[in-house]
Amino acid sequence: MTDDYSGVSGMQHEEALLFEHAHEAATPISLPGIDAELPDALNGFRRSRQAGIPGLSEPESVRHFVRLSQWNHSIETGFYPLGSCTMKYNPRVNEQLARLPGLAQLHPDQPEESVQGVLELLYELQQWLGEITGLAHVTLTPAAGAHGELAGIMMIRAYHDARGDRRRRTVLVPDSAHGTNPASAALAGMQTIEIKSAANGRIDLDELRSRLNDEVAALMLTNPNTTGMFESDIAEICRLVHEAGGLVYGDGANLNALVGVARPGDMGIDCLHINVHKTFSTPHGGGGPGTGPVAVNDTLAPFLPVPKLVRENNTIRIVHRDERSIGSIFGSIGQTGVLLRATAYIAAFGRDALHRIAEDAVLNANYILARLKDAYHVPFPGLCKHECLLTDEKQERHGVKTLDIAKRLIDLGFHPMTVYFPLIVHGAMLIEPTESESRETIDRFCDAMLEIARQCEAGDTEALHQAPLMPIRRRLDETLAARKPVLVWPED
Amino acid sequence: MSIPADLKYTKEHEWVRLEDDIATLGISDHAQEALGDIVFVELPEIGRRIAPGEAFAVVESVKAVSDVYAPVGGEIIEVNELLESEPEKINTDPYGAGWIARVKTDGSSAELLDEAAYTLFLEE
Repeated sequence: MTDDYSGVSGMQHEEALLFEHAHEAATPISLPGIDAELPDALNGFRRSRQAGIPGLSEPESVRHFVRLSQWNHSIETGFYPLGSCTMKYNPRVNEQLARLPGLAQLHPDQPEESVQGVLELLYELQQWLGEITGLAHVTLTPAAGAHGELAGIMMIRAYHDARGDRRRRTVLVPDSAHGTNPASAALAGMQTIEIKSAANGRIDLDELRSRLNDEVAALMLTNPNTTGMFESDIAEICRLVHEAGGLVYGDGANLNALVGVARPGDMGIDCLHINVHKTFSTPHGGGGPGTGPVAVNDTLAPFLPVPKLVRENNTIRIVHRDERSIGSIFGSIGQTGVLLRATAYIAAFGRDALHRIAEDAVLNANYILARLKDAYHVPFPGLCKHECLLTDEKQERHGVKTLDIAKRLIDLGFHPMTVYFPLIVHGAMLIEPTESESRETIDRFCDAMLEIARQCEAGDTEALHQAPLMPIRRRLDETLAARKPVLVWPED
Repeated sequence: MSIPADLKYTKEHEWVRLEDDIATLGISDHAQEALGDIVFVELPEIGRRIAPGEAFAVVESVKAVSDVYAPVGGEIIEVNELLESEPEKINTDPYGAGWIARVKTDGSSAELLDEAAYTLFLEE
């Protein structure tokens, strides 16, 4: 850190906290004082001390946030191979469509007849998602993937309850699952039981059989699973669960491996959420609100949340009441701006070319696997789907761990892959290139990974332990940050 | 790697020290090593009844969140509150100051391994 100058070097700026910047006098706008007495009714709310808002001019505030944004990495800065996250490029045309005044300036509570255009687009998206998943009935309302999981498990619970089968309160979750799965099930009032994976990283059918009974409401699974492998027994898995009276919830986080090629509904899955920010290129995180539509088959259709979009003759109606529905889970018909971006992505490919998403994503992942499989340990050999899984087993002999490899990638200009997930694989490195990347970019990433492996073999491990050396911040003390977090600026 | 001979172990890498019908529970040196720096421990409530194999505590490291499974069944009679402020005790002293809970056992138990069997299990 520099003490006296804001520029570090090469115009990359060091930046203090807003509170450290503050010099009391400056305020970006001058507000008039209060020249009248406050009415008695409001006096009780009079602030007794300073609000503690740092005093800064407008350009200072703007520079603060722009500088911080320049420290950030995004898909628009570079390759972003975070496994299980599907960090694909968000095309500009999506943004243009979502910002069309006729769509962006609507009010959520406008009368139905005045918003038929956007309702038509959303209704069409519902139909498309139904066709893509092989699960014909779709709700667009859940506000995130995990919200979709919760809605799905609530529907499954409502289905069992409606049959008078109130003993079914257990949800089976493989040990390779995303952490949101057991969390969503627990939030829906279910007990979760973990299923141990087989040695090949897939669901162990004997273990599954031993866990199935008349208390099991559902199995939650991801296919392909988080090791990047297709659950090749999926048909038998679904048959076993159904035979035992349960339903199968599909986590659609890895739908990018299947889109346009294979359909979860055809595999026997009853209910699936779709992370549109993964598969359909809407922004992740701070780029916009999340959205997790849920697609279900006829069994669960009566329980879909309201409001629902229903076509009657030439009009789309918003239906707010439905007897068997689990009710409302969101204050509106969905995050419209995000859903429209997904609509644009699907439309850009069209029905006949949608399969190229999955094919290119799977090809890219297998290309990386093929280039790296001799330098890095591959826990589950064979072809992968849209992401490939490596471990640090070969590098650990030289005292180099997954964390060191990930940090070294930063020095070499790449955002690290997902590390230490899935939990069932020691020292996991999960790499997902998506369909967005060119062979040139992928080759440069592979070259960097091979360079790191060579450095290990050569015993040149010091730089790896010290990495990252290049960015504005060196290796952060994650342990201290987690044990002694400082989340609030201390007042004086 | 330390594997004290006076303790019993589970295949989930918990340890148990049995003294009459009181069992002290924790996670093994191997487990803390694999998890990395522990940053948070969720302790069970005193008085809670647990069955062998049931998840009774949660340990969170910078890498992962893991359930801790009960090696024996019984009632929780004491928890190590020190871990709330100093979870790192599990890393520095897994068999001593890093113990997690004490249980008045009801005689039930998961499959327990002695030192030799646990050492063999780790080598597999």
